[in-house]
Amino acid sequence: MAFEQLTDRFNSIFKKLRGQARLTEANMDDMLKEIRIALLDADVNYKVVKDFIAKVREESIHQKVLETLSPSQMVVKIVRDQLTDLLGSEDAALNIPTTRPIVIMLVGLQGTGKTTTAGKLAYYCKHKLNKRVLMAACDVYRPAAIEQLETVGKQVGADVFTLGTGTDPVEIAKKAKEKCFNDHYGALIIDTAGRLQIDDALMDELNNMKDAVSPDEILLVVDAMAGQDAVNVAMAFHEKLDLTGIVMTKLDGDARGGAALSIKYMSGVPIKFTGTGEKMTDFDVFHPDRMAERILGMGDVLTLVEQAEDNISEKDLKRTANRAMSGKFDLNDMVDNLKSVQKMGPLSNIMGMIPGMPKIDKSQMERVEKETIRIEAIVNSMTPEERAHPEILKYSRKVRIANGSGTTLTDINRMLKQYEQMKDQMKQVEKFTKSGKMPTGMGGFGR
Amino acid sequence: MGLISFIKDRFNKIDKTVDEKYVNGMDKSRKNFSSRLSSLSRSYKKVNQEYFDDLEQILLESDVGVSLTIKIIDEVMSEAKKRKVDGPDDINEILIEKMFYEYSSKGDVVNDIQFASSGPTVLLVVGANGVGKTTSIAKLAYRYKNMGKSVMFCAADTFRAAAVEQLTIWANRLDIPIVSGSDSADPASVAYEGARRAKAENIDLLIVDTAGRLQTKTNLMDELSKIRRVLGKEIEGAPHETFLIIDGTTGQNGVIQAKQFNEVAAITGIVLTKLDGTSKGGIILAIRDELGIPVRFVGVGEKIDDLVEFDLDQYLYGLCVGAE
Repeated sequence: MAFEQLTDRFNSIFKKLRGQARLTEANMDDMLKEIRIALLDADVNYKVVKDFIAKVREESIHQKVLETLSPSQMVVKIVRDQLTDLLGSEDAALNIPTTRPIVIMLVGLQGTGKTTTAGKLAYYCKHKLNKRVLMAACDVYRPAAIEQLETVGKQVGADVFTLGTGTDPVEIAKKAKEKCFNDHYGALIIDTAGRLQIDDALMDELNNMKDAVSPDEILLVVDAMAGQDAVNVAMAFHEKLDLTGIVMTKLDGDARGGAALSIKYMSGVPIKFTGTGEKMTDFDVFHPDRMAERILGMGDVLTLVEQAEDNISEKDLKRTANRAMSGKFDLNDMVDNLKSVQKMGPLSNIMGMIPGMPKIDKSQMERVEKETIRIEAIVNSMTPEERAHPEILKYSRKVRIANGSGTTLTDINRMLKQYEQMKDQMKQVEKFTKSGKMPTGMGGFGR
Repeated sequence: MGLISFIKDRFNKIDKTVDEKYVNGMDKSRKNFSSRLSSLSRSYKKVNQEYFDDLEQILLESDVGVSLTIKIIDEVMSEAKKRKVDGPDDINEILIEKMFYEYSSKGDVVNDIQFASSGPTVLLVVGANGVGKTTSIAKLAYRYKNMGKSVMFCAADTFRAAAVEQLTIWANRLDIPIVSGSDSADPASVAYEGARRAKAENIDLLIVDTAGRLQTKTNLMDELSKIRRVLGKEIEGAPHETFLIIDGTTGQNGVIQAKQFNEVAAITGIVLTKLDGTSKGGIILAIRDELGIPVRFVGVGEKIDDLVEFDLDQYLYGLCVGAE
């Protein structure tokens, strides 16, 4: 997770603070210095950091933080509020016209991920907005850029409009828009060539394209790994084109994405989407408030809930819940459970969103994921009867299953133990529904 | 002789065309840095804490990073005290000297690819997504072909859509043979085939392109070790060189990138790309400082010959020209 390290730093700063009985002006300065370094290390623009620190200090004085009962809590709140401010204070949606197709232009420096984003956005328009999508291949400069868009188009089931590399990109965009409107598509996504903001000729080309197709959205694609100069780049694109939004890409790496954050602050252009992986579904609507909470280690519970809703059918959930309540939770249910969790994406993504979980490192998460695959293999090698009544598993059956699933007896015994633990927890859930007390702990696997 | 005049003196003796390309390419980066540095020195007669704060800002905004910036500024301050100087020009000179020393004290660097004494030399090219690997490969191939070497491409990026097509287009333009597998073929098997053919056809330089990968993806990073093993089995000592491509616009993540890639792929040099933009690429100073990995080449434009050898004198001179 990109903001993990920033989160870690804040956590350690606040931990230091919590240990002290009172917040003094001296340790307030220490803390602000630490926050400054953390933000600079996260590629937040120098000027933004300066503003940010000044505001936190001012607010702390204004709110008489030093006199409150829990000053460190107050500072946490102030930092969070200011950070939310910096990220933008409300969710920014796409400007979707009601009576005609939406036209979206993607622009940016070379290598920021425009073509991949075009594919992800097409997938999003198709599945979330129920629109038939046409993509326009307007990068006539980079070798094989058109082929790349065509491949991506095939992956997501969107048509690609191209006139080859011999036509003026503005003309291609214009013709694509005509086709989009005539053939009743719901969305047009225009992929443009990467360019430097100081390349006047190519910047004029974008401006002409804008005039020719009057897009509803002009999205600047920004690499989460970008450094201090990203703000200057964005401001130049914004001055020329009047951007409507930012897409922050490569957030699945460990870059902290401070640059994209700074762009929002300096230009006022909202971050609308984030790219979080190589798959076409690794694309999220950006929520500034949640991101601020995530930076502060409060997790991104809402995103998690939404992902769960998208991927787990209610029927599945009800079935598992009913089975659990009636005490009939068997191995089939356990595999169903694990699969539902897997559907939400790699476990490592999910864990990062749960508050209080940042201590689990990547190798541990991968171990858990591997473990899940192993459990599935074991259960798949069982007969229906064995799955429903695991208690009948004795030595000879276990040997057969181990051979069938490519695992060992130890693996099987461990899996059975985990099953028992899960079953126990399900019983606690049942008790909870009767008594109103929350069960403790999560699943028993991965220990 | 002061360091800046020393650099200028050397600078005058270097081949003018390469030189102009470098300085032109770096123009935007340079102007930003140098004009600020010189306007800074103009606005101060004597240096005070504020001057150092401003210097710090300039370094931080060049992506040099917090820890190296603080280290350099501290050293400049104590050196200034020792020499009893407080004029902005003197301070600037100490700054350049320190940066020069910091970098060059980490060891000597030969920029050109170090060819094996016999058999094909293998260059493995790695990096994050979108940093300019394929373009850099084309530029490197052009350079060594012009030097009379026989060059072969190996398209081991079987993952990204149309990556093989992109390299194939370059191969056709440059008239260079290319080895590629089918889509989604195992990259290591393509690398193996490349090494086999390079050996059989007595190629001087085999350049292996790999898929962009974020250093956090352990399985993809493991794949790089596998590619290296396969190459080494087929050709002794291969890969002889492993270049990490770093995007000039990269911020502090560049150090982590270099560290992680170095762990799995033993990086022998960096190609710093996109320096024709306004980014200053200061992260390479931090990478050199922390890991000792040197920059070998710099990408300064979109054209096939827009690749120049990295020269520290020129780089710092480029950054600070007009700073006096």
